[in-house]
Amino acid sequence: MEQSNMNVNNRSGVCFIILGLLSLGGCVLMGVLGAFKYLYPDTLSGFEFYQLRPIHVSLAVAWIFLAAIGGIYHYLPKYRGLSLVWPKSMPLHFWVFVITGIAILIAYILGKFGGREYWAYPPVLSTPIFATWIMFGINILFTMKKEKGPWPVYYWMWMTGIIFFLITFTEAHLYLIPFFNENIIRETTIQWKSYGALVGSWNMLVYGTAMFVMEHISGDRKMAHSNEAFLLYILSFVALMVGWSHHVYAVPAATWIRMLGYAVSMAELIILGDIIWKWRQSLTPDQKFTHRQSYRFIFAADIWVFLNLILAILISIPAFNLFSHGTHITVAHAMGTTIGINTMILMGSVFLIVEELKGTEFSGWSKKWASSGYWISNVSLVLFLGALMVAGSMEAFKEWNDFYERSEAIMPMLLIFSVSGIGLLGGLWMVVVAALNMLRPAKHQKETITVTAE
Amino acid sequence: MDKSQPWRRVLFLALFVSFFFYSANIYTSGTALNGETAVSENVLHGQKLFRENNCWACHQIYGLGGYMGPDLTNVVANPELGPEYARMFIEEGTDRMPNFGFNQQDVDDLIAYLKHVGEAGNYNPKKGEITWYGTVKYER
Ligand code: HEC
Repeated sequence: MEQSNMNVNNRSGVCFIILGLLSLGGCVLMGVLGAFKYLYPDTLSGFEFYQLRPIHVSLAVAWIFLAAIGGIYHYLPKYRGLSLVWPKSMPLHFWVFVITGIAILIAYILGKFGGREYWAYPPVLSTPIFATWIMFGINILFTMKKEKGPWPVYYWMWMTGIIFFLITFTEAHLYLIPFFNENIIRETTIQWKSYGALVGSWNMLVYGTAMFVMEHISGDRKMAHSNEAFLLYILSFVALMVGWSHHVYAVPAATWIRMLGYAVSMAELIILGDIIWKWRQSLTPDQKFTHRQSYRFIFAADIWVFLNLILAILISIPAFNLFSHGTHITVAHAMGTTIGINTMILMGSVFLIVEELKGTEFSGWSKKWASSGYWISNVSLVLFLGALMVAGSMEAFKEWNDFYERSEAIMPMLLIFSVSGIGLLGGLWMVVVAALNMLRPAKHQKETITVTAE
Repeated sequence: MDKSQPWRRVLFLALFVSFFFYSANIYTSGTALNGETAVSENVLHGQKLFRENNCWACHQIYGLGGYMGPDLTNVVANPELGPEYARMFIEEGTDRMPNFGFNQQDVDDLIAYLKHVGEAGNYNPKKGEITWYGTVKYER
């Protein structure tokens, strides 16, 4: 009984991950189409930029949440010995998510928008997302509550990520109330405050996942209980509250918000980088080898943490932000963190599951594709972000007569950006296809059994 | 729950509670609009159209939004551009901006909305005054 229950749990987590991988595949495709539509508006008739962009963004958000949720559903029962308190909610969660996702895509295709960043669909479709998130929250929080010993830091992170997603998601919809909506400054400030907290809440889920993956690979249970890990958690918590303020330096809201934003440094990333670095050094060659692909992705995330850190600190300085705000430097910041840090960490988690479930079966073309895809996507990402940074710096630091002159001037950079986007697409698709191939329902296993029986 | 280290729980609760006070403060402090102009129905309708047609995908207000087209915070308020200039784009579209086929009323309301946004504040990139310690004083 217990055994079969565990199996249901395992497969449900994997189903979320599969859906997440498919979202990522769709996300990068829409990104590349969007980039070319931006450059050549006359081409790709039938696709409108204002449709491609929200589809791209929503799929990115879906990938991050689905991969994190799938990991949590998978890890708690399988590796923490905690059977989930409400296993039946998982298929429901999954299917409501699928149906809502399809409804959102249809809304975009029909040109029905709510007109917000991240949540650009008509706001009614937020209701099922909210409901399923409550189910997920109840399931996970009560499951973690059963833990007998002290909590590893990733429990704290997951708990906070889950609770704050609900809070920020609510906050993001406050504009439906006239008190908030009818004051444009308040409306804008809250919108961006809520998005900062949204990113903060998914960072909690993602960093928690990173801590779990690292603990699992190294087998060192002390790391996730250390004070440094807890400090990372507390800093992420503070960043979730105030880290958004660099979005709104230019909005004429209260000055102290800006000052606080400046005061809160990017210590969070420094500590994350440091933890991953120490972990890397503590690993034996054997440990690195057993979870080779997973290890690599976490390692790549570490490099991207350091690169993004420099940029994040810069754009948090108001005097720099004055120039960089509203330019492609901001896009580099957003893409650098979602692809370089979040996606690499989540891929580390996906391949941990692949390597654990499949062991030596993870070989042949899947392994080759995962490995080549890893290199192709990381190298493309360097070019991709480099082109954005150059475009953004041209916008920020040169004098332009008007918007049109400026747009023309950065076109060559945006072309490099779009072409390296194709590289990123190819690389990530290879990784996604390899993972999907390993995670699909094990039909061939049954076949092997029948063959042996014959 | 995590029993061994109560101070961790205390820290969590402290931050959790302060989040609410902090949020309430942000919702209400420093958000008074220039002048006490109440928003009209037309402005609200314009705002709705702006959202429902996802103008955000290509445009920014206060530098926030998509980057394909220019920032619209002060397009109507700017004496060099102004309502007639903005109207031309909204009515006709360009080869990069779609023509949404708005009727006269819709266009008027979109202009009213953009005018309202422009009156609420000034987004004047690069016109702030930089202090020696790295912050910026913005003109409002
Ligand atoms: C597909 C992207 C796109 C969408 C969607 C879009 N625009 Fe535009 N818009 C542009 C571009 C690009 C320009 C600059 C003109 C050009 O390059 O063709 C522009 C210019 C403008 C201008 C003139 C601004 C200036 O300073 O020159 C206004 C006003 C404007 N758009 C309003 C709107 C409104 C209102 C909406 C929503 C109903 C909207 N736009 C939707 C792309 C878009």
